[in-house]
Amino acid sequence: MSYITKSPWVIHYDASSCNGCDIEVLAALCPGYDVERFGIINTGNPKHADIFLVTGSVNEQNIGVIKEIYEQMVEPKVVVACGVCACSAGIFHDCYNVIGGVDQAIPVDVYAPGCAVRPEAIIDAVVAGLGVLDEKAQALKAQNKAQKKGA
Amino acid sequence: MDGMSIVAVVIGTIAFTVAAPLLGCLLAGIDRKISARMQGRVGPPLLQPYYDVRKLLEKDRVSVNASEGLYISCALFFTLLAGGIFFSGGSVLMSVFVITLAALFFIVAAYSTRSPYAEVGANREILQVLAYEPMVLLVAVGFYMAIGSFDVAAALGAPVPAIATTGLLFIGFLFVLTIKLRKSPFDLSYSHHAHQEIVKGITTEMSGPTLAKVEVMHWCENVLFLGWVGMFFLWANPLSILAAVAVALFVYFLEIVIDNNFARVKWQAMLKWSWLVTIIAGGINIVLLTYL
Repeated sequence: MSYITKSPWVIHYDASSCNGCDIEVLAALCPGYDVERFGIINTGNPKHADIFLVTGSVNEQNIGVIKEIYEQMVEPKVVVACGVCACSAGIFHDCYNVIGGVDQAIPVDVYAPGCAVRPEAIIDAVVAGLGVLDEKAQALKAQNKAQKKGA
Repeated sequence: MDGMSIVAVVIGTIAFTVAAPLLGCLLAGIDRKISARMQGRVGPPLLQPYYDVRKLLEKDRVSVNASEGLYISCALFFTLLAGGIFFSGGSVLMSVFVITLAALFFIVAAYSTRSPYAEVGANREILQVLAYEPMVLLVAVGFYMAIGSFDVAAALGAPVPAIATTGLLFIGFLFVLTIKLRKSPFDLSYSHHAHQEIVKGITTEMSGPTLAKVEVMHWCENVLFLGWVGMFFLWANPLSILAAVAVALFVYFLEIVIDNNFARVKWQAMLKWSWLVTIIAGGINIVLLTYL
């Protein structure tokens, strides 16, 4: 078991959400749900974050921002699409300016549907993301070891 | 400094390197737990700061340049040295100077990244140093005037503790301690808690193992600063060490209460208030000490 599963720091980005999902993401951090019980902290700095929570769909305005935040995050990292807009663009899927869900911009590991997504669903998705994060951490460790042997 | 005291400092530094991260980690865990309870939350496990650092060490090594990590390593080293000097009974003044050197390395590390966000953090850190340093130096001077030596060990031979004649200096020191412990209302450059700020202040560009070093440095700093608090209460009675520890823990709790009850102030207010307190509390106490 990797320590990353005990201390997953999240960064939250509102792509083009109506704010419904954003409020639920922040609600998960408040006393009612208190995700800091699991070591989860909301960082605001991509270089410190392990889990990327995106709400809302991707459009031409924000696709660059989403990619930039993802690129700046340090491996191992996981992306969680929060809400149906982030999963598949939802009711906005055929809008002229909407490209689609977050997976049109960056690889998504966990999808948490809902309109708005419930805090319980976000916590479930993050816990599912921890499994992926652990796998990625192990893979990174193995890769570093192999590199050291090669050198 | 003679040969004996150099040996003492080396042994003290090694002991501090082992003990301070352990103690500091527990203190940070207690801080987060108490803070959570004050906010009506359950809070993370007691060992959460330890998990955080282990996690950071597992992260990939990413750095904007090669020197940033070196500067942070230097900052960590001088923090450990400052702790070693202090807890081996060495000079308070030397400890103050060495910890300031650590602070400067931390600032240089942030500047070396050339990130505008890190630079904002570094500028604020400089203002913080500017705000607390005069008071900390006056504390060292006051300690000398009360005990007759800069050496902490000398306090254990004093007939009365330094606090008997340095009450105002102690209050002034508690005021700037909030800055040194990076607690609200004076956590301008970077907050230890998950507060949103201009990205993440001075640590914006630090990630993975480098950030882990910053965390460990912060733990060790906290232990050292609480040591400075305890120093006021030492006298010839060996039991006074227990009193010093009790006061230091109480002061730490007080800082957590302050942290949870105040919003961050602007830097102008921090500078104005800390210098006012320094001039009034520190100045009056030093003048009184000259007539004692």
